[in-house]
Amino acid sequence: MTGNLRLGFHAPHAADEIADLVAEAAHAKIPIEVRGRGSKHEVGRPVQAGSVVSTENLVGVSLYEPTELVLSAAAGTPIAEIEAMLDEYGQQLAFEPVDLGPVLGSPPGEGSIGGIFATNLSGSRRILIGAARDHLLGVECVNGWGEPFKSGGRVMKNVTGYDLCKAVAGSWGTLAVITNVTMKVLPRAQETRTLLCFGLPDQTAIEAMCLCHGTPYEVSGAVHLEAPLAARLSNANISGAGAAVTAIRVENFPHSVRYRFGRLKDRLAAYSLSLELDDANSRSFWEEVRTLRMFAGSDRPLWRISTAPSRATKLVAVIARTLDIRVAYDWSGGLIWLDTTLTSDAGAVEIRRAIAEFGGHATLIRAEHTTRASLDVFQPLDLGLAALTRKLKAAFDPAGILNPGHMYPGL
Amino acid sequence: MSLLTLPKPDDAILARRDEIVRQLKKLVPAATLIADEEGRRTFETDALTAYRCLPLAVVLPQSTEEVSKVLRYCHDNKIKVVPRGAGTSLCGGALPLEDAIVLGVSRMTRVLQIDETNRFARVEAGITNIAVSNAAAVHGFFYAPDPSSQLACTVAGNIAMNSGGAHCLKYGVTTNNLLALRVVLMTGEVVDIGGDYLDSPGYDFLGLITGSEGQFAVVTEATVRLLKSPEGARPMLIGFGSSEAAGACVAGIIAAGIIPQAIEFMDKPAIHVCENFAGAGYPLDVEALLIVEVAGADDEIDLLLEKLTDVAERYAPSVVRVSRNAAESELIWKGRKAAFGAMGQISDYYCMDGVIPLSRLPEALHRIGAICRSHRFRVANIFHAGDGNLHPLILYDANDRGELERAERCGAEILKLCVELGGCLTGEHGVGIEKRGLMPVQFSASDLAQQMRVKTAFDPDWLLNPAKVFPLEEGRDGQ
Repeated sequence: MTGNLRLGFHAPHAADEIADLVAEAAHAKIPIEVRGRGSKHEVGRPVQAGSVVSTENLVGVSLYEPTELVLSAAAGTPIAEIEAMLDEYGQQLAFEPVDLGPVLGSPPGEGSIGGIFATNLSGSRRILIGAARDHLLGVECVNGWGEPFKSGGRVMKNVTGYDLCKAVAGSWGTLAVITNVTMKVLPRAQETRTLLCFGLPDQTAIEAMCLCHGTPYEVSGAVHLEAPLAARLSNANISGAGAAVTAIRVENFPHSVRYRFGRLKDRLAAYSLSLELDDANSRSFWEEVRTLRMFAGSDRPLWRISTAPSRATKLVAVIARTLDIRVAYDWSGGLIWLDTTLTSDAGAVEIRRAIAEFGGHATLIRAEHTTRASLDVFQPLDLGLAALTRKLKAAFDPAGILNPGHMYPGL
Repeated sequence: MSLLTLPKPDDAILARRDEIVRQLKKLVPAATLIADEEGRRTFETDALTAYRCLPLAVVLPQSTEEVSKVLRYCHDNKIKVVPRGAGTSLCGGALPLEDAIVLGVSRMTRVLQIDETNRFARVEAGITNIAVSNAAAVHGFFYAPDPSSQLACTVAGNIAMNSGGAHCLKYGVTTNNLLALRVVLMTGEVVDIGGDYLDSPGYDFLGLITGSEGQFAVVTEATVRLLKSPEGARPMLIGFGSSEAAGACVAGIIAAGIIPQAIEFMDKPAIHVCENFAGAGYPLDVEALLIVEVAGADDEIDLLLEKLTDVAERYAPSVVRVSRNAAESELIWKGRKAAFGAMGQISDYYCMDGVIPLSRLPEALHRIGAICRSHRFRVANIFHAGDGNLHPLILYDANDRGELERAERCGAEILKLCVELGGCLTGEHGVGIEKRGLMPVQFSASDLAQQMRVKTAFDPDWLLNPAKVFPLEEGRDGQ
């Protein structure tokens, strides 16, 4: 051992240096905090480790073939850089990665591409096009022994061997350090338009949104923001309305957008449509949803809950009985973002209880360090899944040195 | 002789066969157990028919509980288990072993729930792929993955192999269309993963089990996403004087921002066989044919097909035929859909499943032709061009064992070529026994070691679907 792993911050410029660091830590059984560019560092249970291994210096796009819809980048490549490159060719990361920067008190656009896949955070378009993990074609990683391994590849269809991309995606750096990612990209629509309804009660809004998703018009976003949250958007027509807003997005070639928009308006005739957003206004509206502008600039605990749309308002109603909350529904009600007043448990007791009753899972996205250290940030697992989780962790990181305790206590 | 061997069976298990059958009889209803030789014979192979092996016994449970009982018994007695859906695997993924029982889910076929609001179907995993779409069609929905064996193949098998189909360019493959699974581990433990909502909590076991070739768990129930059927769909047919031009046209279509529902490619030999068989009116003087299908309302389709025609014109097509109605659409698809049957009429064939980056298509086709010529085989190419998933059909004589071995060598060279060009060994058929020996071509020792550790995490004794996916000498199966 060369003794490279001093306490402190390490940001090697090459994947094999990361492998060396991890191997050394594994040998000495020294826990390390695994990080990308650190934009989501304040999410999850705090990692107790003296050393940080960051991928922020593993940067650069090594492959971009627009006609094959594929891009490879080193894990620390800023996501903003990738999005700018895609934009030049009229393409995008279709799963619309959520940018947590603003709700965590940082500017938007600071995350890394590896971090996006490590946390599997997908935005509004997820409901049509799939999650971040669905767009991850290949990974190169370093496991908890410090051994490099890869899974998947650079082609769109690949069932060769187990799909370890899925294991790594959403594992928050607890299974392996991602050093390189290859992803599927998609064309950006030529036109985007958004239908808005104001003042719909939550349940009515969810019915309207589900109705839209139940059409063949490929609705690519359906959100409903309660009035106090709608008031925080920058579009004066929305923030000034003093009412909840429900937004339905259609993206396509202009001709199809016109046709589909018309059909959706017919379907929604009963819901008092109030406003339409043109292409530019639509894009800025959905960008604000993607960066969670409605929850920015606050330190109220913020939760992200996935459930079935048809049970969403009942779940929220149970929580609202005891907590003061503000709610935004995405994925036509299947994704609930809510913030609540500062309490010692960030509302976890009520929220977990509601989840147990209605089904789904909840993640505490924003909370004080001490709060995150003392409760379940991620959805607690039932016994069977918890046992499998421990076994999978051990299959990648037997010494438990990668982000220990970041997702679950003792893991 | 063929190239693939199976591990030596465990004599101790073989000697206990009668006792094992007796014990199984106590666990499951008599009708679910097949122990006689005639009955077992039905399960001795799958769609990779060159390989056969009579299993110890076959169990076809009718519930998760029965699956659990059988697995627990086998676990406790260290008896290997080969899970089976409909047995349509082209890679020997359901090939039995002499000292294993076959555990088939084909009698678990119920649709348990269809939820229009939340847009999912919950089904028993032995249901056929087409039956899910048929059940959903009543409500105007469909289940997107559509492997060409969809009339027969089961959802359980689709999950095991992460099956794709003609429409996955637009709608994704099996893993992209699942919400929840009920699985039984080798210990008999039943685990529920996910729910009727998006993204399961914790590690993505849903994604990990999908495509694990029945080696992690037996899937007994699945909750799948349903999509609203498009208002309509129509194809166009474009013929080119070279496969280079056809490949460039596919790239041009994607560069124009169009993601068609399907882009199918046929080369000249395939066109001729299909045309002779189906009389679809395909041009016989072209080197390559694309069938490109788009969906939407009639007006939208017209406009998209116009755009596609504009794109195609840039690549000097020799034929462009746009379908204007259902009858014309049917005719265009008729040849393609009959392709594998048509090919079977003229010759036995060995169907490969490699994937290449689309930009390497001309080189790939050229070199595949050369490889086949060097082995003295004819080859026809029919494949999903949008995603580079090639299906070279090596035409050989199955009655000549020497030819089979030669075809396998030829196929292996083609798959090595796919990896060399930046692709992979298999896009949708799976590794099974067929390609396990080639895994080191694509993966390093540490890549494979990591996969095997995950296998061990699920099934420490390697009892579930053994002797597949990994080279025998690498895995624990050969020991």
